[in-house]
Amino acid sequence: MEFGTSGVLSEDGIHVDMDRLKKGEVNLGTSIMAVTFKDGVILGADSRTTTGAYIANRVTDKLTQVHDTIWCCRSGSAADTQAVADIVQYQLGLYHMVNGRPPTTQIAAAVFQEIAYANKDRLTAGLIIAGWDARHGGQVYNIPLGGSLHKQPYSIGGSGSTYIYGYCDANWKEGMEEAEAVAFVKEALKEAIKWDGSSGGVIRMVVLTEKGADRHLYLPDSDYKVRHQ
Amino acid sequence: MPGFDFSNYNRNAALHARGVPLPKATSTGTTIVGCIYDGGVVIAADTRATSGPIVADKNCEKLHFIAPNIWCAGAGTAADTEFTTALISSQLELHSLSTGRKPRVVTCMTMLKQHLFRYQGHIGAYLVVAGVDPTGTHLFTVHAHGSTDKLPYVTMGSGSLAAMSVFETQWKPQLNKEEAMKLCSQAIEAGIWNDLGSGSNVDLAVITPEKTTLHRGFVKPNERTQKLKSYKFKRGTTAVLNEKVIKKEEMGNYISVVELAEETPASGDKMEVDT
Repeated sequence: MEFGTSGVLSEDGIHVDMDRLKKGEVNLGTSIMAVTFKDGVILGADSRTTTGAYIANRVTDKLTQVHDTIWCCRSGSAADTQAVADIVQYQLGLYHMVNGRPPTTQIAAAVFQEIAYANKDRLTAGLIIAGWDARHGGQVYNIPLGGSLHKQPYSIGGSGSTYIYGYCDANWKEGMEEAEAVAFVKEALKEAIKWDGSSGGVIRMVVLTEKGADRHLYLPDSDYKVRHQ
Repeated sequence: MPGFDFSNYNRNAALHARGVPLPKATSTGTTIVGCIYDGGVVIAADTRATSGPIVADKNCEKLHFIAPNIWCAGAGTAADTEFTTALISSQLELHSLSTGRKPRVVTCMTMLKQHLFRYQGHIGAYLVVAGVDPTGTHLFTVHAHGSTDKLPYVTMGSGSLAAMSVFETQWKPQLNKEEAMKLCSQAIEAGIWNDLGSGSNVDLAVITPEKTTLHRGFVKPNERTQKLKSYKFKRGTTAVLNEKVIKKEEMGNYISVVELAEETPASGDKMEVDT
């Protein structure tokens, strides 16, 4: 590993690097969000991953499945969030087999929090967990950097989210119809992509309802209007 | 405790803070690419190995064997790509033997990412993993910190920008084998010509459900040719100022010669041993 040009020797003689991301690490400078609506929940994300100024992947899938109808939005270090999501996917699969019933969204979020909090010094992971289960319907949980857990009606995250706090606060409504909620997520992410340099590419969405998971894809070629997949 | 010893790292960090320059690790400036086509996958690499500004090897191998149907192209620290692929290769063969199934590309990719994540980027291996298994054709990139991507065409290494510009302008869906091979070799050539860290020849491997074909030196655009002129000095170019001949019998005048007794083996001084 290479060092920066200047070194700082702290009092105990150990070099302390305050940069959160290690040099050359793959970063998800991101716009992610999850929104509850009448029949379930919708997850949305842009598709840009960067290494410094280079776009390492312009069609990334930041919406990761951890169980049948429990998914998560990943932001921060790509390596860290993939590792955490892989562990949670294993844990929830095991939970289903041992207990003979699928885990609830709350349980999934608690498993995520356990890992995020226990390894808070070593991880750069901002996660939004969203899922549908028969008892509670659609739910959204947010786990920011420190490893705390917040249940929210909707949640936004990543570097691009700072640009859409106002938009989301003004336009979000309780109990929207599916089409209305999809349009809300799409318009919010369009703004985030427009203003945030670290976000871009396509808009990916997953709609979680009683019927299962439905994937959406919107391309910039058609101003994100046409749905593919 | 097993694993790396970080005491030298801490010493170097402390020395660096006082203005001492740090030792440099050997790394390969590289161009590696991969591309899926209808019926298989192609991966390719340049053959230059560098240590700092010096070309350490003009024709090295950056295409690594993992399993007969899974191959890997490596960029980053040369030793790390070599040993990481070798380690996962043997683990995958044992896994394949114990399950009685053919090795899968996702299994290989997962083992690589979990190994690299454990070492938090200290193992500087940047890999393109490609292969065909009973579930289909696959192509992945694995970064040193343990993140992975799945794409129809990929590039890595210092020449990745030059190579990606070729893919982004020439790639189309549903390529045939010949088109995919040509595209990959052109992408590597873009790295060879436009990236200082890449050079020499193009190595290329084609993986299909039937077999893997390794084309070592698929393109050789930097062959050494006969010199147009001889640069040898003519005999007698250097003037002889004086000349002196020493005969074998007079050797004793210059060095001391000891005759050894018959049957006595030559040996050094006795080692001092604590009693």
